[in-house]
Amino acid sequence: MTMDDNKLTFDKITSDLTHHIRINKGFLIWMGFLTISLLICLYAYSLQLSKGLGVAGIRDYVTWGMYLANFVFFVAASLIGMLISAVLGLIGMKWLTPITRIAETIAVAFAAVAGLVIVSDMGRPERLAYVFLYGRPQSPILWDVTVITTYFVLSLLLLFLPLIADMAIIHRKVSTLPSWLKPVYKVLSLNFTDHPEQNKIINRAIRILLILLIPAALSIHTVTSWLFAVTSRAGWDSTIFGPYFVSGAFVAGSAAVIIAMFFFRKNYKLQDYLTDMHFNNMGKVLATVSLVYLYFNINEFLVPGYKLKRADAVHLHELFVGKDAILFWIVQIGGLILPILFMLFRRFRKPLPIMLISIAVLMAAWVKRYLIVVPTQEHPFLPIQHVPQNFVHYSPTLIETLISIAPFILVLIIITLISKFFPVIPLHETAREKGIEHIKFD
Amino acid sequence: MEDKNTPHAPNESETQKNSSRRDFLKNLGLAGVGVATGAAALYSGHIFEAKKDVSGDQKVLLTQDGKLVQVDSLEIKALEKTGVALHEVEGREGIPGRRWVMVTDLSKCRNARKCINVCQDAHQLRPEQYHMNTLQMQDTPATAPYNMPKNCQHCDNPPCVAVCPVDATYKRPDGVVLIDNERCIGCRFCMAACPYSARIFNWIEPKDAANYQGQDYNVELNVPQKVGTISKCLFSADRLREGKLPYCVEACPNGVYYFGDENEDAVTNGTTKETVRLSKLLRDNGGYQLMPELGTKPRVYYLPPKNRLFPFEEATDATPEKV
Repeated sequence: MTMDDNKLTFDKITSDLTHHIRINKGFLIWMGFLTISLLICLYAYSLQLSKGLGVAGIRDYVTWGMYLANFVFFVAASLIGMLISAVLGLIGMKWLTPITRIAETIAVAFAAVAGLVIVSDMGRPERLAYVFLYGRPQSPILWDVTVITTYFVLSLLLLFLPLIADMAIIHRKVSTLPSWLKPVYKVLSLNFTDHPEQNKIINRAIRILLILLIPAALSIHTVTSWLFAVTSRAGWDSTIFGPYFVSGAFVAGSAAVIIAMFFFRKNYKLQDYLTDMHFNNMGKVLATVSLVYLYFNINEFLVPGYKLKRADAVHLHELFVGKDAILFWIVQIGGLILPILFMLFRRFRKPLPIMLISIAVLMAAWVKRYLIVVPTQEHPFLPIQHVPQNFVHYSPTLIETLISIAPFILVLIIITLISKFFPVIPLHETAREKGIEHIKFD
Repeated sequence: MEDKNTPHAPNESETQKNSSRRDFLKNLGLAGVGVATGAAALYSGHIFEAKKDVSGDQKVLLTQDGKLVQVDSLEIKALEKTGVALHEVEGREGIPGRRWVMVTDLSKCRNARKCINVCQDAHQLRPEQYHMNTLQMQDTPATAPYNMPKNCQHCDNPPCVAVCPVDATYKRPDGVVLIDNERCIGCRFCMAACPYSARIFNWIEPKDAANYQGQDYNVELNVPQKVGTISKCLFSADRLREGKLPYCVEACPNGVYYFGDENEDAVTNGTTKETVRLSKLLRDNGGYQLMPELGTKPRVYYLPPKNRLFPFEEATDATPEKV
C-alpha cells in the first residue's frame, strides 16, 4: 500500500464518519420537536411538584407505579455498555468496534436519566440531599445511589477516552466543521498527537475502565432488583431476582443498540461501516441473552407456581389468567418467545427485520418492568378494605404518563446530541483497523 | 560492625543542631502558654464584668431535650416560634425502661370503629387514611369470619426501618416505631417493605392543612401531617409520655384492647381499666402474632376470635370517596 492510497483511505473514512457533524434543518426540527415535548412533560411535573404525588394514580397499596417501572427500565437499558464494550470487547470480538460507541452512548444516556427518573418518584424531591446527609448504609437505596453514580462516571469516561483521538483528528482534518466547534474539540482533544506513548496510556486506561465496568454494571442492576427482593411480598420475594434482572437488562439493552444502529446507519449513511454482518451478529447476541432471560423466567414462574403458597397463588393467578394475563402473555410470547424463534433464522437478522423485532422486544421490556412492579402490590398479605376504589386497582393518570414519557425524551435528546457532535463510529480505531498505522497531524 | 553511611546515624553537628531546635521549640511553647494564660485571665475578667447584671432570681426550666436547667430570669428571652420539632431528641430515645406492648382480643371486636375515628381525629387524618383499620377477615372458607383491628405491629425486627434510606422511620428502645416527617423524603420503600400494609402516605395536601400552618411539628403525634411524607400508627407516643393509654385503646367500647409494659408483664384493658398479667393473658387465651413466620417479631398480640357473643356482620360503613 502506497502513501497515497493510505491518505485516500483515511480521508474517506474521516469524511464518512464525520460528515454528519453539522447543524442542518432535520436536526433542528427533530431537536425542536423533542424540546417542545419535553417542556409539555416538565409542565406536568411542575403540577406534581406543587400538588404532591397525588396527581399520579399511585395510592397507599400500589405505591410504586410507572415511575418505578421506568426507573428499573432505564437502569436495565444502561447495562448494555457493559455487555458490548466490557464483556464482549475484552473477549476480543473485533467486529464490535463500530458498535462500541453506540453502546456507550446508550449506557451514558440511560444511566444519567435513571438518576433523574427516581427523583420523579419522590414525595419530597427537595430533600434529595438528605440521602447524602443522613444516608443509612443498611438501606438498598443508598447502595443504588452509590453504584449508579459510579457506573455513570465509568461509562462517561469510557465514552470520552476513545473520543480524545477522534477529536484531535476532527479539529485538524475536518474542514466542514462549524467554526464555533473547532476550539471545543481542540480543548477536549487534550493535545493528542497520536504519539505511541499517548496511545499506550489511553489504551491502558480504557482497559482498566472496562474491567471496572463489569462489577459496577452487575451491581447497579442487582441492587435495583434488591429494592424488591429484600421485601417479603409475593412476586418480589425471590432469590434469583439479581440474575433475572441482569439477564433481562441485556435483552432490553441489546434491542436498544440494534434500534440505534439501524437509525444511525440510515440517517448518517454508515452502510459501509454498520454492515449486514453487524446486524446479523447483534441478532445472535440478542437471541442468546433472550434465551438466558427465558431460562430465568421459567425458574421465576414455574417454581412458585408448582408450590402455590397462598400469597404466590393469588399473585400468579392474576398474572396467568387474571387481570394482568393479557399483558403478561403479550410480553412473554410477543416480547420473548416469538423473537427468539424468529432470530434463529438468518433472514430475520437482516437490518430491517431485526430492528422491528428489537422494537417489540424493547416495548415488551418496559411492560415487563411494569408487571414486576405493580401487580405484586395489588395483593398484599392482608386484605385491602375500607378504602376508595382507586386505592384497590392502580390506573396511571395523564399527568403521570406525561411525567413518565419525559425521561424517554431526555434520553433521545442526549443520544441525539452525542451522536450529532461526535463520530458515531470510533474514527481513530476504525482507521487503525483499516491498516492506517500513524496519522500525521500537520 | 556499624555502617557509617547509614542515614539513621546522625553525626555530632547534626545532633547539636537538633538539640538547639528542641530548645527553641521549648521556649516557644513556654511563651505560648504564657500568652494563653494571660488571655484566659483577661477573658474571665470580662465574663465576670458581664455577669454583674444578674437579678439573682433563678428560674428552673425544662429544655427541649427534656433536661431541667436553672437560668437567671434576666437571661430568659421569649421566642416567637422555635421552628424545632417537639420531642426532637427524646422522641427518638423513647421512655426509659419501658417495652410497650398491645393485645387485641378478636373475640370482642364488633367493628364499632370508635378506635379508627378517635385516631383519625388525633392525627389529623382523612377518612381513607388509617393508622388503625378494622378488617373483615376469613382465614379459610370453612372458618368463621371475624373483625380484626390492624395497626402498625411495632415490630422488633421492623422491615420498614431497615430499608429507610435517611433514618426517617426508626425503632425506639421502648418498642415504638415512629416516623419523622421532617426527615422523610417520600420514597415509600417502607410501605413496600411492610407486610402488614400499616403505612399510609400523604399523596395530597393533608386534611385542613391551612388550619395547622405554622404549628410546630410533634414527632410523637406526627402532626401536622405533611404532604409527600409517610404517616403511621405511633402507639400514641404522645399519650404514653403523659402516662395515658393510646387513643384507640381508651376509645374502644367493647374491651378489645389491652395495652401495657412488657417489662412489668402487665397490660391494662382500655375499656374496663382492669390490669392483668400479660403472660397469663396470652397463655390462657392462645395469644398469637400476625405472620410471625416473616420474622418481624411484632409487639402486637392477638387473642383468637373464639366464643363470640354476637354475630359477625358485614361492614356497612361507606367506602370513603375517591381521592
